[in-house]
Amino acid sequence: MIHSDQEVLLAVDESAAAPAIESSTGKPDLPAVVLRGLHKSFGSQIVFDGIDLSVGTGETLAVLGRSGAGKSVLLKLIIGLQEPDSGSIRIHGQEITSLDLDAMNEIRKKMGFLFQHAALYDSLTVEQNIAFPLKRHTRMTESQQSHRIQELLAGVGMEGDLKKMPSDLSGGMQKRVGLARALALEPGILLLDEPTAGLDPITSGEINELILKLQEEHDMASIVVTHDLHSAKTIADRIALLHEGNVLIEGSFAELEKSDDEFVSEFLKRDS
Amino acid sequence: MSYALTSVWSPLNGFLEWFGDLGLFAWQVMRAAVRRPFEGRELMRQLDEMGSKSLPLVAMAGAAMGVVLALESRSSLAHFGAKSMLPAAVVYSIIHETGPVVVGLVVSGRVGAGIGAELGSMKVTEQIDAIEASGVNPYKFLAFTRIVACILVLPLLTLAADFCGLLFGWITDTLVDPVSFHRFINQGFAGASFGDFLAPTFRTAVFGLIIGVIGCFQGMRTKGGTAGVGLSATSSVVLSSLFVILADVILVKLILVFFP
Repeated sequence: MIHSDQEVLLAVDESAAAPAIESSTGKPDLPAVVLRGLHKSFGSQIVFDGIDLSVGTGETLAVLGRSGAGKSVLLKLIIGLQEPDSGSIRIHGQEITSLDLDAMNEIRKKMGFLFQHAALYDSLTVEQNIAFPLKRHTRMTESQQSHRIQELLAGVGMEGDLKKMPSDLSGGMQKRVGLARALALEPGILLLDEPTAGLDPITSGEINELILKLQEEHDMASIVVTHDLHSAKTIADRIALLHEGNVLIEGSFAELEKSDDEFVSEFLKRDS
Repeated sequence: MSYALTSVWSPLNGFLEWFGDLGLFAWQVMRAAVRRPFEGRELMRQLDEMGSKSLPLVAMAGAAMGVVLALESRSSLAHFGAKSMLPAAVVYSIIHETGPVVVGLVVSGRVGAGIGAELGSMKVTEQIDAIEASGVNPYKFLAFTRIVACILVLPLLTLAADFCGLLFGWITDTLVDPVSFHRFINQGFAGASFGDFLAPTFRTAVFGLIIGVIGCFQGMRTKGGTAGVGLSATSSVVLSSLFVILADVILVKLILVFFP
């Protein structure tokens, strides 16, 4: 087990308990997401055996690992679609594992989630898909909603496709619309599940550039689950590699490349 | 011996587990139902989807029911020299039993399969997760609206089917033995009370509840890919039809007790 940022985690835990650090805006600068001692298993299959992770505001963490390592489960635990067996999940300092549904829904409004296959509502148009969270969680008028949708679609290069149905869009276009929908409520945390999976190299590159652009425009904490090492290297500040229910190594891409751990070397070699 | 026990216990365990999950699902829907917002727009969309789009099929089933009953009853009643009882036989058969049950089974097929397949497809493509992740309760938005729509449309569709049944029963009768529609209806309803008409029609609201709950439950617990969606659609139809028939038996007994 190599925990290069063990000290960071300890600092994070202290800050969650006593938020003394102040940012330049004068607000307490709590980490956006902190996972401590997280356990999750499905029957006899242990997915997480006490993992610790944290992501700060404005930071992008890429989570890598083999298929079945629990990468997508990690995102679903953070957004409350699944419950951990034990351990702590803090979102902006608030413990979410014990929240009731209403309180959890309030937390969810602060998070955007891009699903692996975009998960656009197939009975709704592109415009209605993005309007879905706006209609339910904001007091925007129809014209304000319309303006916001145009703005979001322009941000992902899809401004001409308002009236199209999801079935009329390519995989890359669906991901773009999914991203626009994830950003609709201006979330503080963006969770991306395999944003480039199933896309050709050119479209993958476009999606990576789009994610980088959005990260610059919105000061969000992002967690990107991916198999795509190139994508992780391009968009992430920090990378965590999951293996056998734990974070095997955590650090910059350069730190991963320098690691003499056999699995890390094998993982990087195979992917390249 | 242990093989025999396993072969009995395994399906029994599965059945009890299914009922337990159904109870939890119903509890989640009831809890969601009392919370704002009430998703009125989605409810209207479901009313249109289940009500107006089921109307042609239900009307045709009602018409066929009227024709068959008139033809069958005429020959049977003629055998006993009671042809004048034909309007009453048609009216009572349709309104008391045939109309509600036929509508229940037809809607189980059309709407039950539709709900099971739609929600199943949404489940396997993570659309239900996406709804939940956006802070919207899927039990409210998807299940509650569909269940309420089913409860509301079933009695209305039954009225439509009953009307078509009576109309086509009269047409069938009058082609052989001319009689005015007014006279046919007067003879049919002679001696009938409001309870004769009301209770059988409104018991279809219970059928609607069954179809909506089973369809949503089977759809939202779909596992696997397209095969899972197919299985959900099929099981929605089979189980809702089965429970509609069982409920009919119980409700008929209750109606006979409370509206003798």
